[in-house]
Amino acid sequence: MDWSFLIGVVISGLLAGVMYSLVAIGFVLIYKTSGVLNFAQGSMLLFAALTFVSLHEEGLPFWIAFVLTLAIMVLLGVLIEKIVLRPLINQPPITLFMATLGLSYIIEGGAQFVWGTQVHQLDLGIADVPLPLNSILISQFDIFCAGVAGAIVAVLGVVLQYTRVGLAFRAAAFDQYAALNTGLRLPRIWAITWGVAGFIALVGGLLWGARTGVQFSLSLVVLKSLPVLVVGGFDSIIGAIVGGLLVGLTETLMEVYVGPFIGGGIDQWIAYALALAFLLIKPTGLFGQRSVERV
Amino acid sequence: MKLRGTLASLLLATAIGGLPLTSHAQTPTHQQYFPLQSYRVGPYAAGGTGFFGGFIDYMNLINTRDGGVNGVKLTWSECETQYVVEKGVECYQRLKSHVPPPSAWNPLSVGIAYAMIPDITADKVPLITIDHGRTDSTDGAVFPYVFPLLMNPYSETSAIINFIGSKSGGDEKLGSKSIVVLYHGSPYGRETIPIYQLLAKKYGFKLQQIEVPDPGTQQQSQWLQIRRIRPDYVVLRGWGVMNPVALKSAQEVGFPADHIIGNVWSNSEEDARPAGNAAKGYIALTTQATGTRYPVIQQIQNIIYKAHQGNMSDPARVGSVYYNLGVVNGILNVEAVRIAQAKFGNHSLTGDQVRWGFEHLDLSVAKVQALGAAGLFHSIDVTCNDHEGHGYITFQQWNGKEWNRISDWIAPDWAILRPIIEASANKYAAQNHITPRVCSTEEAAAN
Amino acid sequence: MNRSRDVTALAIFGVFLVAVPFIKSDYLFNAILIPFIAVSLAALGLNILAGYAGQVSLGSAAFMAIGAFSTYDLLLYVPHLPFLVALPGAGLITAVAGLVFGLPGLRLRGFYLAISTLAAQFFVQWVFTTFPWFQGGDTSGVITAPPIFIDGFQVSTPVERYLLALAVAAILTVFAIALVRSRVGQSFLAVRDNELAAKVLGINVLKIKLIACAISGFYIGIAGALWAYLYVRTIEPAGYDLDHSFQILFVIILGGLASIRGAFLGAAFLVVLPLLLSRGGAALLGPNFDSGYVDLAEKIILGALIILFLRLEPQGLSALLARFSLNRKATT
Repeated sequence: MDWSFLIGVVISGLLAGVMYSLVAIGFVLIYKTSGVLNFAQGSMLLFAALTFVSLHEEGLPFWIAFVLTLAIMVLLGVLIEKIVLRPLINQPPITLFMATLGLSYIIEGGAQFVWGTQVHQLDLGIADVPLPLNSILISQFDIFCAGVAGAIVAVLGVVLQYTRVGLAFRAAAFDQYAALNTGLRLPRIWAITWGVAGFIALVGGLLWGARTGVQFSLSLVVLKSLPVLVVGGFDSIIGAIVGGLLVGLTETLMEVYVGPFIGGGIDQWIAYALALAFLLIKPTGLFGQRSVERV
Repeated sequence: MKLRGTLASLLLATAIGGLPLTSHAQTPTHQQYFPLQSYRVGPYAAGGTGFFGGFIDYMNLINTRDGGVNGVKLTWSECETQYVVEKGVECYQRLKSHVPPPSAWNPLSVGIAYAMIPDITADKVPLITIDHGRTDSTDGAVFPYVFPLLMNPYSETSAIINFIGSKSGGDEKLGSKSIVVLYHGSPYGRETIPIYQLLAKKYGFKLQQIEVPDPGTQQQSQWLQIRRIRPDYVVLRGWGVMNPVALKSAQEVGFPADHIIGNVWSNSEEDARPAGNAAKGYIALTTQATGTRYPVIQQIQNIIYKAHQGNMSDPARVGSVYYNLGVVNGILNVEAVRIAQAKFGNHSLTGDQVRWGFEHLDLSVAKVQALGAAGLFHSIDVTCNDHEGHGYITFQQWNGKEWNRISDWIAPDWAILRPIIEASANKYAAQNHITPRVCSTEEAAAN
Repeated sequence: MNRSRDVTALAIFGVFLVAVPFIKSDYLFNAILIPFIAVSLAALGLNILAGYAGQVSLGSAAFMAIGAFSTYDLLLYVPHLPFLVALPGAGLITAVAGLVFGLPGLRLRGFYLAISTLAAQFFVQWVFTTFPWFQGGDTSGVITAPPIFIDGFQVSTPVERYLLALAVAAILTVFAIALVRSRVGQSFLAVRDNELAAKVLGINVLKIKLIACAISGFYIGIAGALWAYLYVRTIEPAGYDLDHSFQILFVIILGGLASIRGAFLGAAFLVVLPLLLSRGGAALLGPNFDSGYVDLAEKIILGALIILFLRLEPQGLSALLARFSLNRKATT
C-alpha cells in the first residue's frame, strides 16, 4: 500500500468535494425557505460566470464587473421568485421542481443569446499549481476554493444566527404558516434568499469557470451537486459541506481503486449510487431535518 | 453576410414549405448547392462556428474571386443541429430534395454522419467526414459514398505514436517509453483503444488507457493515477470542456504540458486557451496549420472581410484551427466539384457526379501550392479503395497565445491499419447485406 | 363521452393508416411522423409511470437506450430471431430494468425519486459505453442499425417504416387505454393521489408501483427501439442523454399528465415546434436570420411554456383541447 498516494487521493477527493459543496449551498438556501429544489441553480451559475467574464472582457475592472454581475444576479433571483415561483405556491414540490427545470432552459438559452457561445478564459490570479509539501500535492487554487467555501458558510452562519434577517429566515424555514401568522413578510424573505443564491451562483461560477473555462458545460455542475444534497440533507448548509466532501471522497477513491477493474469512468454515476444508498438507509440525509416525502 | 442570409432564408423557406420560390433564384443549372448542418450554439459551438465559417468564407471567395467554379456559382444554406443527431437527421430530410440537388454533406459530427450513412448511400450523395468519422469507411469498396478525408481515427493514433517515436529518437526507442491515453468516456473516446493496444504490442511501449467520464469537469482522480504511473507522455483524446480541465489538472499534479499530446478534437484554441498558463507548451496534432499567412487565407481577408462579407462574427478567429479546417474542407469540396466538372461538364452536377469527383480527388503538393494553400495542408490522393486519401499530419505547440508548428508533415502507418479497416468494413457489409465493389475492375474499366 | 372519444381516435388512426401514406413526401415521414410516433410512445410510457402512478422519472432516455440496445443484441446474439419477436423481447428486458430501477420508488416520492432515477440515467449510459459486448464488439462505437426484415420482406422505404411504427403504436395505445380504464389503472390514480387512502382501500401499493414501473419500462423500451431502428437508424449511448429524458418529461407536462392523448399531443407539439420556429424565423427575420439563434429561442420558448403550463393549465394541451371542444359543442 502506497500510503502517501492514498493520502494524496483522499485530500484531492475532499478538495473536489468542496467544489460540489459550493454549488450545493445555493440549493440549500432556497430549499430551506421555500421548499423548492431549484434545478436552475446550475444555469444561474453559468449565467453569472458568463455575465461576469463578458463584462470583464469589455474592459470593466474586476470589482466593478463583480458588483454589476451581482446586481444582475440578485435582480434575476428576485424576478424568478416573483414571476415563476410565487404563482406556483401551494403546488406539490415536484411541480415546483419541474418549473425550475423549465427555468433552467430559459436561463441557459438566454445566457447564450445575450453573451454568445464562445469559450472564455477566466483568470482569478490564483495559480493552479501544487504547493510543495513533500510528496503530497495540494493545489493552491483548491485551498483557495476551500477557503471561500468556509468563508461563505461562516458568514451565512453568523447572519442566520445573529441578525434580524437571519431570524426571519429561520422562522420561515421552520414553519411557513406560523411565520406568516406572526406577520412575517415571506415574499421579502424569499426575494432575499434568491438574491443570496444568486451571489453563491456567481462565486461558484467564478471558481468553476476559472478551472474549466467559462462555457456552456458549466451548467452541468448541477448534476454533480444533486447527490451532494441527498447525502447531506436538502435543508442543511453544514450538510452541503459534509455531503460534498463525502461525495468527492467516494468518487475519487472509487475511481482510483475500483474503477480500473470495471472499465473506468465510473465517477459520473458512483455519486448517485452513494446518494441512492443514503436515500434508502437515511432518507433525510446526514443533517436534514424536514421529514422526507416517503412511504 | 446580408446576401448569405437572404439566400439562406430563401432556400430554407423553399425547402421547408416546398413553396415554388425558385423564380427568385438564379437558374439552377448554374448553381452547385451545399447543405450545411452547422452548430452555432450548444456545447460545441466553438467548433461549429469556426468550421462552417471557414467553409462558407472559402465558397464565398470562389464566387467573388472566380465567379464560381468554372462559372457555376456555389450556393448553400444552413440548419442548426446543436450537434444533436436527430436534428441533423431532420435537416438532412429537409434539405435533401433541394433544387439544385445537394453536392455533398459535411456534418462535422460523428453521430450525425453515422445516422446519415444509409440514407446518403440510397440517395447517392457523398458524405464528407474530414478528420473524423467512421474509420472503416476508408474502405471505399464497402462505403462508396462516405469519405473520411485526410485522416481517420486510426491514422490519428498511428501518427501520434510516430511523433512520439521521432521525439524519442526513433521508433526503436519507443520500447522503453510509457504512455498513458486519457480518453473521453464515449464511443468516440473508446474507439482507438484496440489500436493503441496494437501499436503498444508492435513497438513494445508500456500503455495505460484511462477514461474520463463525460463531460470531464473533474479529473483529479485520473490525474492522480497518471502521477503514480509517471508516464513519459500523456495522449489527450478529449472533447469539449474535458481538454482545458485536463491541462489544469496536469499542472496541479505537476505533469509537464509539453509531454501532453492532444488529438484532433483537443487541438483548438478553445481547448487550450481556457487553461491559461497551464496550457503553455501543450502539443496537439492537426491536419492543417494555423495562422493567416497562407495566400488563400489572405485572399479571404482581403476580398471577403474587407467587403464585410465574412462569416465570422469575430474576424480575429480567421486563421484559427477550426476555421482553417473549414477552409481546407472548402478547398477539398470545391476541387472535387472541379474534377467532376471535367468529366461531366461545367454545369450543376448531381451528388453522384460530385462523388466521382471526390473519388478522383488528387491534389499533389504542387497542386495545393497552386491553390494558395501550400503549408496549410500537405496533399491528398483519394482512390476507390482509399477514401481517406493518404493525408499527412503535423504537430503544433501552444505558446500561451497561439499554436506554432513544431514538426514536419508526418505519415501515419497506413499499411498496418489497413487489414483492421478492411475486416471491420467487411463485417459491416455482411451485416447490412452490401456487396462490396471491386475497385480494381472499376478502375480498369475507366481506363 | 368515452365512446365518442374512441370513435374520434379510431377515425384519426384510420386517416393515418389509409390516407397519409399516399402523401408523397419523404420529409413528412422521416422527419416528422416517425419521430412523432416514437416520442409519443415514450411519453405514453412515462405518463403511465408519472402521470397515472405519480412517480416522476428523469431517466426515460436510459430506458429507451435499453430498448434499443436490447433489440440490437437480441438480433445479434440469437440466431434467426425475427424482428417482431425481438421487439417485444426488448420491451420485456426494459420492463425488468424498469422494475429494478423502480425499487427505490417503493420508499421515495417526489423529487427524491426523480433524483434517484438520475442514477439510472447515468449508470445505463455508462454500461453501454463501457462494455463493447453490447455493441457486438464493434470498435467504432456507433452502431448502424441493421435493416429490418419481416417475414423476408425488408422494411426500407420511409412509408414502410412509418407503417411499422404506426402499427406498433396502435397496438400499444389500445392496450394503454384498456389499462388505464382497468382496475389496475384506477389503482395507479389512487396510489398517486394518496397512498395511505389507497392502502385503506385494500390496494397493494408496492405491487401497483412495480407494475407501473414495468409497464412504463416496456413502452419506453419499445419506443427506444423504434427510435433507433426506424428513425435515426444508429444506436449510440450519447443519443439517449439526459436532455432526451427531459424532453420526454416536457412532452407529458405540455400534453397533459395522466392522459393518453396528452402524450400524442405533447409529442406532436414538441416535434413540430422547432420546425415552426425555424420556418417562422426565416420568414420573420429575413436577412439577419441565424439558425443558431432560432435554436436558442426554441430553448427559451420551451422553458417558458413549461412554466406557463404548470401554472395555468396543469392538465396540458389535452385539457385545452377538451375545453375547446366543449365550448364548440356549447355554442352549436
